[in-house]
Amino acid sequence: MSGGEREFPDEPAGPFPTPPREAVDDERRTIRYRAVGTDLGCETARSALVDMYRAFDPADRAQGIPPSTESAIADWLDAILTDDARNVVAFADATDAAVGHATLVPDGDVYELAIFVLQAYQGAGVGTELLRTALGHGAATGVDRVWLTVERWNGPAVALYRKTGFETDEAESFELEMCLRLAPSQTESTG
Amino acid sequence: MKLLLGVGGRTESARALDRTLSRTRETGDDLTVAVFDDGDAASLDDVEARVRDALVSHGVDGEVRRVERDAGSGLVGLAEREGFDRIVLGGGERSPMGKVQVGAVAQYVVVNAPVTVTLVR
Repeated sequence: MSGGEREFPDEPAGPFPTPPREAVDDERRTIRYRAVGTDLGCETARSALVDMYRAFDPADRAQGIPPSTESAIADWLDAILTDDARNVVAFADATDAAVGHATLVPDGDVYELAIFVLQAYQGAGVGTELLRTALGHGAATGVDRVWLTVERWNGPAVALYRKTGFETDEAESFELEMCLRLAPSQTESTG
Repeated sequence: MKLLLGVGGRTESARALDRTLSRTRETGDDLTVAVFDDGDAASLDDVEARVRDALVSHGVDGEVRRVERDAGSGLVGLAEREGFDRIVLGGGERSPMGKVQVGAVAQYVVVNAPVTVTLVR
């Protein structure tokens, strides 16, 4: 499927903050959000993400990703940590470990989005900040349309995407398909 | 075993066809291939020609049928009417991100078939 078959909202969502930035989560932990390639080297990001995904709970896997074995995780990261993708990693300030990852992967002239947050950091606002920062990074670097799929039963994720400005389209599937438009001029500047 | 393999125009079907024919050559299952339209650009004639070529190249005997109209209910109906033991289908394609997306035909068949369904990935 490509962008041409999808219905994107007419009105852009946002404004969204751009990386690098930090924010305190609902449990008073400082989280740093950094863009791969600009704030953070690709190799550093890759090894931090391998560690994060090895610790990932299988219950939080979605439609087959992240993969379960270390070699499959490495192959998958190679495919999405490319120069033309946009990746933002959330680091816990206390341990310097990766605790979240958002990625925008090119699909023709639009982008497919996915976000993952380590279990111990879910429900504390990290996913919201990570998603908003990834969209800000995308908007600032020429991304104007984003789509994703999410399992229909995943209520918290669907609510997060709706709150951020994603709208569901008409695709009939096990998964819900959602789309969002970005305006490059609307990024927030935050620290 | 009496197998019904559904084949459309997408890559997932090409993979299911190849794997099933390799396996059938070993098991000697009674194979019928039902060609259907999954929305791919390939016409039913194209898909049927691919299936016949694959049968020849794998050295497997199999009847080739067509499911015209609604592919999901057509496959399930055929399996019911003619006493198939199992339906085999392509089990989805991956998005650019790597997410597995199972198509509408496979979803319908999994939910509605009275027999075992195998999705090949």
